[in-house]
Amino acid sequence: MGILLVGMSHKTAPVELREKFSIPEDSLSGLLERLKSQAIQECMILSTCNRVEILTHSTHPEEGIHEIKNFLGSGNNTSLISLDPHIYVLQGEEAIRHLFRVSSSLDSMMVGEPQILGQIKNAYTIASENQATGPILNRLMHKAFAVAKRVKTETEIAKNAVSISYAAVELAKKIFEDITDKTVMLIGAGEMSELAAKHLMKNGAGKILVTNRTYSRAVELAQEFSGSAIRFEDFVNSLIRTDIIITSTGSPDYILHHHQVKDILHTRRNKPILMIDIAVPRDLDPEINKIDNVYLYDIDDLQSVVNTNIEGREKEAEKAGTIISEEVKAFLKWMASLEVTPLIVQLRERLDQIRQEELGKTLPRLNGISEQDKKAIESMSMSMINKILHGPTQALKMYSHRQEKETLIRILKEIFRLDESKED
Amino acid sequence: MPRKGKNITMILKIAMVFYLLSTIACLLYFVTPKNSLGRVYMVSAIIGFLLHTVALALDYVHSGHIPITNFQEGMSFFSWTIILVFLILEYQYKILILGSFIIPMAFIFLLYPALLPHEISDISPLLKSYWLAIHVSLAFLGDAAFTLAFAISIMYIMQDNQLKGRHFGPTFRKLPSLEVLDALNHRVITVGFLLLTLGIITGALWARVALGSYLQGDPREIWSIITWLIYAALLHGRLTVGWRGRRSAIMAIIGFSVLVFAFVGVNLFLSSYHNPERF
Repeated sequence: MGILLVGMSHKTAPVELREKFSIPEDSLSGLLERLKSQAIQECMILSTCNRVEILTHSTHPEEGIHEIKNFLGSGNNTSLISLDPHIYVLQGEEAIRHLFRVSSSLDSMMVGEPQILGQIKNAYTIASENQATGPILNRLMHKAFAVAKRVKTETEIAKNAVSISYAAVELAKKIFEDITDKTVMLIGAGEMSELAAKHLMKNGAGKILVTNRTYSRAVELAQEFSGSAIRFEDFVNSLIRTDIIITSTGSPDYILHHHQVKDILHTRRNKPILMIDIAVPRDLDPEINKIDNVYLYDIDDLQSVVNTNIEGREKEAEKAGTIISEEVKAFLKWMASLEVTPLIVQLRERLDQIRQEELGKTLPRLNGISEQDKKAIESMSMSMINKILHGPTQALKMYSHRQEKETLIRILKEIFRLDESKED
Repeated sequence: MPRKGKNITMILKIAMVFYLLSTIACLLYFVTPKNSLGRVYMVSAIIGFLLHTVALALDYVHSGHIPITNFQEGMSFFSWTIILVFLILEYQYKILILGSFIIPMAFIFLLYPALLPHEISDISPLLKSYWLAIHVSLAFLGDAAFTLAFAISIMYIMQDNQLKGRHFGPTFRKLPSLEVLDALNHRVITVGFLLLTLGIITGALWARVALGSYLQGDPREIWSIITWLIYAALLHGRLTVGWRGRRSAIMAIIGFSVLVFAFVGVNLFLSSYHNPERF
């Protein structure tokens, strides 16, 4: 019995592989159904552009791992062997720690970025709506949200967040000295891309064009940014007057190709263009970066920009690590207490059985006794049980996370003849 | 051949030591994140430059003509002009990292004139003319501008490589934006081109006055015209078809290589009346 987590993230797999495994939200409920099995009691699927993770509670971890891997492999043509180096399998304490780190945005590409928590909450909601989660994952996820909140309020991680938007602005300023006379084009909508656009505008970018497959959405967004909306069919032509592109559409194919950009550059007389592709799968053909004066970055590339900023945050990450360790310990304690719960229940049942038997023998022999007296005798026997059970219960809970637990359980079982009573 | 005054050689040596100090500081500034080194290298460069200026001025007073009449003097004078142009640019644009490319060059150019026994050439009476000062100053300033353009182009390519290749090294933050480098490159090349043009015109006029015809078919003349053509093509390409960025930078580097050959190669390997010692 234990928590089991299998996944791949930006740290283990390149974007080309991740985009193959990303799971669209509307197919989640069917997949959750498929995932639950003999070995997997509870499960949840998290799929963002940086990671795909499957979190389960499994009574038979070995089988569970096997099933999850099969599950991951089934939707793709990728063979499982070639996948192995990109996948991590975590169990028990490791899995819990990882989950807490991810929710606290410590494992994010942009450490401290706030979106991941929302994405996890969303994944959890879908899982619980599909009855894929149970008491263990419910408790674990609520704990994860609490840990994220603690890390956010007690450390500077979030404040220090070097977000994608920050990286985008930094790149813009190394290509264009001054962005006040530059035009930004936002293609598609999405929290991350909108954030990047907002950040560029805040840093003085001159103008913004917004386009979307749904024109009304473009108009809406354009209003929000006080920019102008353009039709999706026209966006390529408008690139001639665009200096910075931020794109994040849900398109499965590239929306812009090498030869198109080459023509645009020619018409622009080689004025540089910065392209930021936040979409997974990617929107822009990576070949585009080979054109002179075009600078294309996908989500992985932004990582390296961010890496140059990492220094001062290590101390805060350490602090966050301590918080997480504390919380992991607390959760493990709770998990262990779950293991002793059945014994406590068994004990109580055993004593209650004795009580019922003795009452059954005694009460009929007492003639002329009032209902009131009967009740008094019953409640007295009940409180005797409670008093007797109090000691062992406390002891079990106290020792639940220690080595001596096993001994204690054995002794209790022997004293109260629990195993025999089961056979009765 | 008469020796130069001991004082002048001494001053030149001290100037060279300051350039050396500045070179060490600016190279360290280039590779480490320490910004305080920037100040160290600028201060030593300025002191070196002032001393260098004094040495040149004393030389002028001493000999009665601008001290560029032999290879040694030419190197010293060239070293001085590139620092001069660098300081002007630094004052205007505050691109501290530019010095990391220029100061070491200036130091190397000054090594030979500062360390070898300094000689004064007996110059041909033909060269004792105000034309010398005008023609040579223009040509040297033009060359200095092209040297700066070369350094800026190298910086452009470094920054472009970092941006294109997504390898952000320690210089990423110190190097200016591509837009600034490209604009500055264009400006410096334009100025250098004007100076070179004027240098060639004054040279031709001087040749007409002194030798009877505009062109002597001298290797230095020919190579100067080749250099001029390269930079002319570069500027033309920018105006007409929008050559910019990396392409301009590469052209500027090619132009500079030709220029170095015209300066060093011609003096060392080819017979030319631009090399007064072989005149």
